[in-house]
Amino acid sequence: MVENGTIVSLQDISVRAGATHILRNVILNVQPGEAVGVFGANGAGKTTLLRLLATLLKPASGSGVVLGADLNNDERYEVRHRIGYIGHVPGLYPEMTLDENLSFIATAMGIDGAAVASSLAAVGLAGAADRRAEVCSHGMQRRAEFARILMAQPEFLLLDEPHSALDGSAVDLVDDLVRQTIEAGGAAVLVSHDRSRVDDLATFSVEIAGGTLS
Amino acid sequence: MRTTFRTQAMAITKRDLMRERRSGEVLWVTLPFGAIALLLIPIAIGTDRPTLRAIGIGLFWVIVMLFGVLIAVRQAHTETQAQRDVVALAGIDPAAGYVGRALASFFLLIGFEAVLAVVTVALYDVPLDGWIWMPLVMVLVGAGLSLLGTLAASIVSTGRSASALVPLLVAPLSVPLLIGATQTFEALRLGRSSLTWTLMMTIVVLLLAIAGVLSARTLQESG
Repeated sequence: MVENGTIVSLQDISVRAGATHILRNVILNVQPGEAVGVFGANGAGKTTLLRLLATLLKPASGSGVVLGADLNNDERYEVRHRIGYIGHVPGLYPEMTLDENLSFIATAMGIDGAAVASSLAAVGLAGAADRRAEVCSHGMQRRAEFARILMAQPEFLLLDEPHSALDGSAVDLVDDLVRQTIEAGGAAVLVSHDRSRVDDLATFSVEIAGGTLS
Repeated sequence: MRTTFRTQAMAITKRDLMRERRSGEVLWVTLPFGAIALLLIPIAIGTDRPTLRAIGIGLFWVIVMLFGVLIAVRQAHTETQAQRDVVALAGIDPAAGYVGRALASFFLLIGFEAVLAVVTVALYDVPLDGWIWMPLVMVLVGAGLSLLGTLAASIVSTGRSASALVPLLVAPLSVPLLIGATQTFEALRLGRSSLTWTLMMTIVVLLLAIAGVLSARTLQESG
């Protein structure tokens, strides 16, 4: 799936918000077939690390490569469609139905429209496709986000608290998605407070505290 | 798997119009307030017909500018960071996003202008001399405001003081459009050519389109 080996290579990366360092001298390497668990207290920099890996943030210093794209230049725009990121806040449009939310992404990404219905069905939301996101529970919105990931079939998964607000069947679905991705030669980074569940999936784990990985 | 610039822009336009249709912000809030503003002015200054006829067209454009800005910048407070992240990771070209959002605002502004034009003619007894120029000027003002508002929304969505900055950014930059629109009709009323004014508005629209497209990636990055 991924040519040329390494999926993530961060060397002494720092990220700042104004004068505040959110991440400091981060070194992280992720190979195809690996799932990484990231643990840490609130405000430790977990979400910032995920957004950096998603190419949504530019490093203040250091060098980094994600899916072969240098994080310090415009190459990173070219790999974004290969990344599946789910943050802790749903990115759905509340006024639009679940079907419309996914159809919008499918159209923009050039994905066959039939994938929308099959992805929603795969996460158990076939009967809620015409329901507006604003009237769906948080758990249903999370499922819809996973449907979006299924539809796009990314090579690199970045999941922030992937098991949060999900019932048992949905948790299994997320775990299956992670396993399928890494078995296909992709990789995943999972941020969670539920160490026991992520440890089952992770190839290795790292702790983050004060913006520093250990 | 990858799509064209046009497909991405149209997907954004469709999304914004769908969201507007569901929320009804323009139809049920901004449009009625614009019409009410046009109604209140004759009540405030009196119903002297020659006076109303003289100020009608100018007031129409002032109301279009003031309320049109609200339509054009509404996206600054309706899109969350999580939603912006989803769009970015779908691989949508930021410039296509800019064009798509501006196009959605343009359609809304054209509808807004058309309704207010009817209200203005009815309330102010505006002479219809040169009405044939009206669609062109409405299109130019609609395009200019939508491009300007989308650019301003992109800029302020990157900061925490967001909405407060919008009027400061948009008001001065919309002045050339206001002058162009009013002076086009003033020139027609006086029997002069309005070409200079429409040309000025066209240049403003083109500059805003170029500025928005060229800065789209940088603005998305700083969000």
